[in-house]
Amino acid sequence: MTSAIQMVDITKTFPGVTANDNIDFSVDKAEIHGLLGENGAGKSVLMSILYGLYKPDSGDILVDGEKVDISGPSDAMRLGIGMVHQHFMLVPSLTVVENVILGREPTVNGVTLDMERMLRDVAESCKRYKLDVDIEAPVYQLPVGVQQRVEILKALYRGADVLILDEPTSVLTPGETEELFNAVRELKADGKTVIFISHKLREVLAICDRITVLKRGKVVGTVLAAETGEGQLAEMMVGRKIVYEFTKEAECGLEPVLRLEGLECLSDRGIPALRGLDLDLCGSEILGVAGVEGNGQTELVEAVMGLRELTGGSVKLDGQDITDTQPKTRIQMGVSHIPEDRHKRAIVPDFSVLENLVLGSQRDRFTRNGVSIDFAEAKRFSTDMINDYQIATPGPETLIRYLSGGNQQRVVVAREFSRDPPVVIAAQPTRGLDVGATEYVRRKLVEMRDHGAGVLLISADLDEIWALSDRVAVIYEGSIVAVKAVDETDVQEIGLLMAGGGNE
Amino acid sequence: MVELLDLINTGLFAAAIRMATPIAYAALGGMFSERVGVMNIGLEGIMLTSAFGGVAVSYYTGSAWLGVVAAVLVGGLLGLFHAIITVKYAGDQVVSGTGINILAAGFTAYMSQVIWGTRGSSDAVNSIPDLTIPVLKQIPVLGEVFGTHSPLVYLMPIITAASYYVLFKTPLGLRIRAVGEHPTAAETAGVDVVKIKYMCIILSGMLAGIGGAFLSLSHLNVFNKGMTGGRGFIAMAAMIFGKWMPFSVFGASLLFGFADALQMRLQSLGILPPQIILAIPYVLTVAILAGVVGKAKPPSDYKPYEKE
Ligand SMILES: Nc1ncnc2c1ncn2[C@@H]1O[C@H](COP(=O)(O)OP(=O)(O)OP(=O)(O)O)[C@@H](O)[C@H]1O
Ligand SMILES: [Mg+2]
Repeated sequence: MTSAIQMVDITKTFPGVTANDNIDFSVDKAEIHGLLGENGAGKSVLMSILYGLYKPDSGDILVDGEKVDISGPSDAMRLGIGMVHQHFMLVPSLTVVENVILGREPTVNGVTLDMERMLRDVAESCKRYKLDVDIEAPVYQLPVGVQQRVEILKALYRGADVLILDEPTSVLTPGETEELFNAVRELKADGKTVIFISHKLREVLAICDRITVLKRGKVVGTVLAAETGEGQLAEMMVGRKIVYEFTKEAECGLEPVLRLEGLECLSDRGIPALRGLDLDLCGSEILGVAGVEGNGQTELVEAVMGLRELTGGSVKLDGQDITDTQPKTRIQMGVSHIPEDRHKRAIVPDFSVLENLVLGSQRDRFTRNGVSIDFAEAKRFSTDMINDYQIATPGPETLIRYLSGGNQQRVVVAREFSRDPPVVIAAQPTRGLDVGATEYVRRKLVEMRDHGAGVLLISADLDEIWALSDRVAVIYEGSIVAVKAVDETDVQEIGLLMAGGGNE
Repeated sequence: MVELLDLINTGLFAAAIRMATPIAYAALGGMFSERVGVMNIGLEGIMLTSAFGGVAVSYYTGSAWLGVVAAVLVGGLLGLFHAIITVKYAGDQVVSGTGINILAAGFTAYMSQVIWGTRGSSDAVNSIPDLTIPVLKQIPVLGEVFGTHSPLVYLMPIITAASYYVLFKTPLGLRIRAVGEHPTAAETAGVDVVKIKYMCIILSGMLAGIGGAFLSLSHLNVFNKGMTGGRGFIAMAAMIFGKWMPFSVFGASLLFGFADALQMRLQSLGILPPQIILAIPYVLTVAILAGVVGKAKPPSDYKPYEKE
């Protein structure tokens, strides 16, 4: 049997890094092939080469046994290779159908869009691959999980036989992940090949036939999913055992460090997002906020950070009312924030790693004679952070946009935690991180708690909430419907509450 | 008071339609440019240069229609210039547009001097005769308002409808909308982003060019120094007020045209100092921009598009 894709001896270097180092990688027809590796291992680069976004320094690509030259995405598409990027490529105000057919529009007479055919074709693919999408809705109205299905539809509409999914589940809720897997299995049954990148070992084991592990640009090995387990995979990736279990020892004092009372605000679309939300965060605790995405988590974080105007309620820090203060003041008062949208809120892509690390502290900590930035001190600090947090970068002066997603997140975490804040707002802090980095960030969160900080952990990943939290709060339609100590509840109960099945 | 009420008659509405026409052409032009992510502050200058070019060609050839064609070509050329600066060289859109405006003012005044020996005003030239629609003209009130106008006035709603059709019913329109909002997504879907941008910005200039031709070859039959009088900027306000949608933009232009017509009538009454009356359309522009449109969201973020 010939392989659908064969990549032979691929090498790709960037200034200072060898992203792919003599990689041999092959995928069979109608196979679901997992690609694993730490942050910066070279997964995205390898797939970008396959999709024609990067040109390899050396090496060959064979599609169906024939050597091909892929110099751009259009070549890849012609060869039946489709890719769903980590960041979606959809036009928000266009409808699903319009996004799918864009660039390949069917027409009636060469001029007018053939609306009927568009709708028919796209609806047909939806049905065939069990992708449930309202195809006439504008994309901006759709939750991320559905947007991803649109991306898949787009690739299929362009005739993809091989579909590359780069960390497709990092933005999905557990339910959405299950739906994605059903669609992927459907694709396989239809003879399509899928390359699946993820950091979640459990998922990779559940969906893939074979798994290839990369480490620092090299192939560690390819194993059959049926013959391996999480332990072996983690060891292949990191070279040691991974521990995800932490002791819980929360002690809630008299006064909460953060008290939210009756928070009310509107979403970007002008509809109520928070409806009288009450929540107390104690010192020395990790309080997990569980909920299906889109129930007000984003707005909750923004309200606490002063990034969204409140229509009611108050925010108190250590008993002091900070409802009307600027985000800057809140940061200075010790509220740290790991935002869920790294690119929009956490980093400045065209700043260096150093600049991103001192961002926010530049006014006090790194100021010399009250005006200029003390670059010597900033440099010392960033070098320390790069070492402490094992940020893989050629140096502090490298622009952060050139770092892999996981390493960008490490920069954010390093910056926020270095301020030794009494309150940490962590929104999806391990999204897109590999197992090693996830363990690291989680350990740091626990460490912050042990030092007396209150940590508000907003996560779409119930496993994460379970692993870390002392208490779990469930958010549903803009208010907290229950707060439970973790040892007094279970996943079933929380799951039910998340779905709106309150027991009152 | 009686006098004021006398103002409100069919003549006023006919004038409103006339005054709305140049604004609407330029506003639609601005819309196409902004739809692909490029602000066109140069509408004013493009209209002015086209108004001049139209008169010059009519002067030399004796044909007003050749003048209109020339005006459109001049507009298209200036659009191309704006596109080269803003798309090819990713230059600043405001600087390029302002440059066009300053250049236009100087160039047209200088060339008037060369051709007609005066900076103020050209000789009278052949202009486009008005058209009377036979049956429509007979209908009592409607006939007076809509019955007799320049062909360019009647062309306006047709172009508006065509714009709507192109933008929302054709592959080209789909690509235009995608390019403005998310060029990278469009490019990865196989759309030639740069080509679409050029097309729309050139079209923007051509439409503004028709607006200019209307002013100098239809509304009047001469070129006057600075005769656009800020209509290019009012057009931008109409474009924003119309939320970058063809029919709404046309509607907004009618509103501004009405203000313009009203202003002219009030002047003839002499009840208020002319300075105040003259300011009415501009005050309306500022008021609308500051108030109603405060939340209008443009179809793009005006960033130059750079390929990976
Ligand atoms: N355009 C670029 N310029 C310079 N270096 C780059 C560029 N793209 C990637 N790299 C580097 O190549 C290496 C591999 O990056 P890649 O994005 O493939 O990692 P990854 O395995 O996808 O990691 P993650 O799981 O964090 O997404 C990293 O060290 C990264 O910094
Ligand atoms: Mg990656």
